[in-house]
Amino acid sequence: MTKKVKTIVLTGNGTNCEMEMAHACRLAGSAVVDIVHISELLCGEKRLDDYHFLNLPGGFLDGDDLGSAKAGANRIVHASIRRGSEKLYKQLIDFIHDGKLILGVCNGFQLMIKLGLLPAFGGDYATQTVTLTFNDSGRFEDRWVYLKVNEDSPCVFTKGMEGIYLPVRHGEGKIVTRDPTILERLHTSNQIAVQYSDKMYEKAVMDYPDNPNGSVDAIAGICDETGRIFGLMPHPEAYLHYTNHPRWTREDLPEDGAGLSLFRNAVDFIKKAF
Amino acid sequence: MVHRIEVGFREGIRDVLGEKTGRKITEHLGIDVTEVKTIDVYTIEGDIAGNELAAAASGPLSDPIIQKYVTDRGLADGFDWLIEVGFRPGVTDNVGKTAREAIELLLGKPGAVDVYTSRQYALKGDLGRSDAELIASGLLANELIQRYEIIGSEEWNPAQGVAPFIPRVIINDDPTTEEIDLDVSDEELQKISSVRVLALTVDEMKIIRDHLREESVLHGRQKAGLGEKITDVEMECLAQTWSEHCKHKIFNSLITYEDQNGDRTTIDSLFSSCIKKATKEIREALGKDDWCLSVFVDNAGIIRFNDDYNLVFKVETHNSPSALDPYGGALTGIVGVNRDPFGTGKGSKLIFNTDVFCFASPFHNKPLPPRILHPRRIYDGVREGVEHGGNKSGIPTVNGCLVFDERYLGKPLVYCGTGGIMPAHIQGEATHSKTIIPGDVIIMTGGRIGKDGIHGATFSSEELNEDSPVTAVQIGDPITQKKMTDFLLIARDKNLYRAITDNGAGGLSSSIGEMATLCGGCEIDLKKAPLKYAGLQPWEILISEAQERMSLAVPPKKCKAFLALAAKMNVEATILGTFTDSGIFHVRYGEKTVAYLDMEFLHEGLPKMRLNARWTPPRHEEPAFPEPDEMGSALKEMLSRLNICSKESIVRQYDHEVQGGGVVKPMVGVVNDGPSDAAVIRPILDSFEGVVVSNGICPRYSDIDTYHMAACAIDEAVRNAIAVGGSLDRMAGIDNFCWCDPVESEKTPDGRYKLAQLVRANRALYDYTMAYGVPCISGKDSMKNDYIIGETKISIPPTLLFSTMGKIEDVRKAVTMDAKKPGDLVYILGETLEEMGGSEWFALHGFIGNTVPKVNAQKAKKLYQALSKAIDRRLVASCHDCSDGGLGVALAETAFAGGLGMDVSLSLIPREGIRRDDYLLFSESQSRFVVTVSPDSQEEFEGSMAGSVFACIGKTISGGTFRIAGIHGETIVEEAIDSLKEAWQKPLDF
Repeated sequence: MTKKVKTIVLTGNGTNCEMEMAHACRLAGSAVVDIVHISELLCGEKRLDDYHFLNLPGGFLDGDDLGSAKAGANRIVHASIRRGSEKLYKQLIDFIHDGKLILGVCNGFQLMIKLGLLPAFGGDYATQTVTLTFNDSGRFEDRWVYLKVNEDSPCVFTKGMEGIYLPVRHGEGKIVTRDPTILERLHTSNQIAVQYSDKMYEKAVMDYPDNPNGSVDAIAGICDETGRIFGLMPHPEAYLHYTNHPRWTREDLPEDGAGLSLFRNAVDFIKKAF
Repeated sequence: MVHRIEVGFREGIRDVLGEKTGRKITEHLGIDVTEVKTIDVYTIEGDIAGNELAAAASGPLSDPIIQKYVTDRGLADGFDWLIEVGFRPGVTDNVGKTAREAIELLLGKPGAVDVYTSRQYALKGDLGRSDAELIASGLLANELIQRYEIIGSEEWNPAQGVAPFIPRVIINDDPTTEEIDLDVSDEELQKISSVRVLALTVDEMKIIRDHLREESVLHGRQKAGLGEKITDVEMECLAQTWSEHCKHKIFNSLITYEDQNGDRTTIDSLFSSCIKKATKEIREALGKDDWCLSVFVDNAGIIRFNDDYNLVFKVETHNSPSALDPYGGALTGIVGVNRDPFGTGKGSKLIFNTDVFCFASPFHNKPLPPRILHPRRIYDGVREGVEHGGNKSGIPTVNGCLVFDERYLGKPLVYCGTGGIMPAHIQGEATHSKTIIPGDVIIMTGGRIGKDGIHGATFSSEELNEDSPVTAVQIGDPITQKKMTDFLLIARDKNLYRAITDNGAGGLSSSIGEMATLCGGCEIDLKKAPLKYAGLQPWEILISEAQERMSLAVPPKKCKAFLALAAKMNVEATILGTFTDSGIFHVRYGEKTVAYLDMEFLHEGLPKMRLNARWTPPRHEEPAFPEPDEMGSALKEMLSRLNICSKESIVRQYDHEVQGGGVVKPMVGVVNDGPSDAAVIRPILDSFEGVVVSNGICPRYSDIDTYHMAACAIDEAVRNAIAVGGSLDRMAGIDNFCWCDPVESEKTPDGRYKLAQLVRANRALYDYTMAYGVPCISGKDSMKNDYIIGETKISIPPTLLFSTMGKIEDVRKAVTMDAKKPGDLVYILGETLEEMGGSEWFALHGFIGNTVPKVNAQKAKKLYQALSKAIDRRLVASCHDCSDGGLGVALAETAFAGGLGMDVSLSLIPREGIRRDDYLLFSESQSRFVVTVSPDSQEEFEGSMAGSVFACIGKTISGGTFRIAGIHGETIVEEAIDSLKEAWQKPLDF
């Protein structure tokens, strides 16, 4: 049991949601929350090992110029610490094997997918089997969506939740799998933690705009088999307080935004596990 | 060696970009294509082996799940025409830069390759070569910055593919400084000015010539190694500094104004006597409660937010570049204005963007004059440029609007604004002012310098003409800028620099030139400046407006730490020289002096222009058309007007929620699709103090009287802010004047009238900012929004954008415009007069009219204060500003945004002089709101509004019927809210 949960929020090269993501972690009870620029990891001033919870926020890594988070993933895999032999990528894989938590949102999710951190069947965190590509609408869009939570998923972050209303803000959020067997396995292992759904959180939807990007089987977020590594396109850090809700002036809402629950679950898990 | 990697989608994977391109080809050009497929091409030059090429292609450059690639052959097949579009030499290639960095990291070979990108469009369809040509030149490529190649299927050899093309800039690297002889005829002087795009008049050239003849000047120059003649570096530097764009010559001129009665007055600087004067008087009246901190002196204005933080705001225009290259122009516009608040005081973190665009109709269907792009292309390009600039910078775009008028065909207006927040103190020092101490080191950081953006400042000081230079167009790079701002915010908080400013118009010449006024001089070496490619002349280095650069004054003992932090964060930073107190703007190239200009002459040497203005009120035909039989259809027709209809498709493509502080979003209501009046954000996430952002703009009224146009723009901005819960207690304004050339000349025979229009607008600005106590804290003017080629001249209607930024103490009290509950009472606040002049209703019938809306500021202020109080006491369920399209539109929007019907009677509306239902519904009288109030709050609400004009005119009802009874009691509108909403949503749904 640790009381002192340590969280790192990684930023740099076009990431732009680090501030609100750090705020979410603080509200969720993490004792230490550091916004760390990737250069601080690469020059060895900071190390992933010193933290329990890694947040990969939204943004546009390298402008998403080569496809969303492609250049960012290339950096994570190939960049060395202090230009020496130690690779940042090794720190990341060690972090996963230490039983720690990673949450990627939007561009952070895209980064995880392109790195192969998700869905990581059989613990293979290095092979990409699904991708996130351009929305069917051909547009970047900022709109709120209903997400149905898979209660049978091992996902640590969504435990105890049925549905959640959050904004998407992306142009490349459509999940495509390498082949149908991948999709099937995602379903059978309950790694599809959240799906775009109707207002009642009852059924997954394929219709635009409820499904904002045409994602296969309405997938909005997936976790690895352990449930500790989780990524999603919608932004939980964008709904931390009721005034974030687009209809707060006309609906009765609890003080805390629903997005905060994901961070609380993460912090509570770490408190128990470490 | 040169290689090509081509990346396309696998079979069965949707090519969304291709599909979208296909739709655009049909929508824009009316050409039907069966299929468009896209292929990304990376042309790689450098030392790279075959297996390395494959590693790059299969690694960072393609997605293994959905894409396939080939190297050194063609990927396209099964097309009728293949069009490849790439950049011209020297144009910013952001993707190419990212690809280069990725490949170098992958291979562990820094500096090994250069990468240039292009894109192929493989078209299928019954198309001839001329169709392909039209698609390439009319849609896919902008030939100013791009080149294209067209290949027919019969000439295609996939084994060979398209031959590599390297758009490398190859210039003879021979830096020289030319001397220019100004002892020549007037004709010659004029020629020098126009050939070099200096935009200087003969008189201004003569002032420079005479200055150089002064004994002391000559002596100083000779000591520095210069001769009697001026150098091209000096000439260009003076031209930038003295340009209309930088110097605001018209706003600072001495104007003789003659009114319609022949009475003359003299105005010594509109800027001083109207804009600055009002701010000064408002601040004096506030006394010790003055919340303005820095006005007009810096890149942006600064006000106090609370004891710990200040707010910063600036709005800019980027019209001329956007006319030539809408995407690049608008992108540069937004990332450019970002640097203004970023480079204000000690620097601020950017918290919101605003955007206002003025275009001709995207459905324009008449022939286009030369060099003018179709308004639909401008619309799409500008929208996308601002999308990329704003979204990629992680700054929410929270407020804006679109204005349509035929005359924006000649020049579109692209207003971009940015707000920032800064700690009030850093290490005990106030952050809102700038100081520089002689000896401070001059450092430039961020991007590199190229030929892009040369002559932006002088080019925008002229009308768009045949010779408008291509180099003035550039493409912004939001990620390079983001990396730089990430670095500089850390440097700021560590107090590693003393002062900061941005490199915008005029480049280093302006940024260092202006900073040097704070200490009295500088000395820089242009040879040290990092370049994108070799071959720039010293004058080009000095005035290039290449983007993403900031200039800083760094105390010598902090230099090492500053540079080390930059290196760690992978941001380029270069020492260019030192600030001095020599009184000289001293520029060297290596050891050789290339400019040696007296600071006082540079900044104060330009005498005031003297201009004449004459006001003759225009008379327009007074319309005569009957009241419509079908008021419901009329209302729907109004809701479908371009200036009124929903802008949701644009709004949703901008991230308006990043940074997590959105409170009142641009789209609100029961299904998030009603039009907000203003934005409210919470910049500090653990506080409920908020920022209110709004704008007002109504150029149609300029056709009648710019005085009332300006008054209405100010009133609209203020009442929009009031509508969401803002208050007059702390609201600051930004004025952006976009005018057509108001200087009488051969090209502008009606200059006196246009200048009178400017005078009148400024007088209104003084009167109304004073009346409301809303001081302008910064602003900008753009005075040459004309198009002249051949016989065609198009001048924009005089346009003032008034933007406000204010404070709301508790965002939890903000209100939105959507009706909330059935049975709520519907109120009209303010009086409706027969003010149809310049209205959308008249415009719909092809008239302008004469009775322009007038603002009664005293009454309005009282109403606004009462309403703010009522909102603060939570008595208001919804509040909607009444503007374009009048009450009819505001009532309908309130109803359908709330998903509720409405039952109201026009006979109850407080009014004067109106006898027609259509006039009552569509008059654009100012200072009015549609408010809904719960019956429980009726008494309190009416009590709190006592003393202002208001009336309850009906109520909201469940079900979706929108019913209006006319003045005489009969039902004149009975429509389903869904059909009203559909009319409102349909026009711009693309």
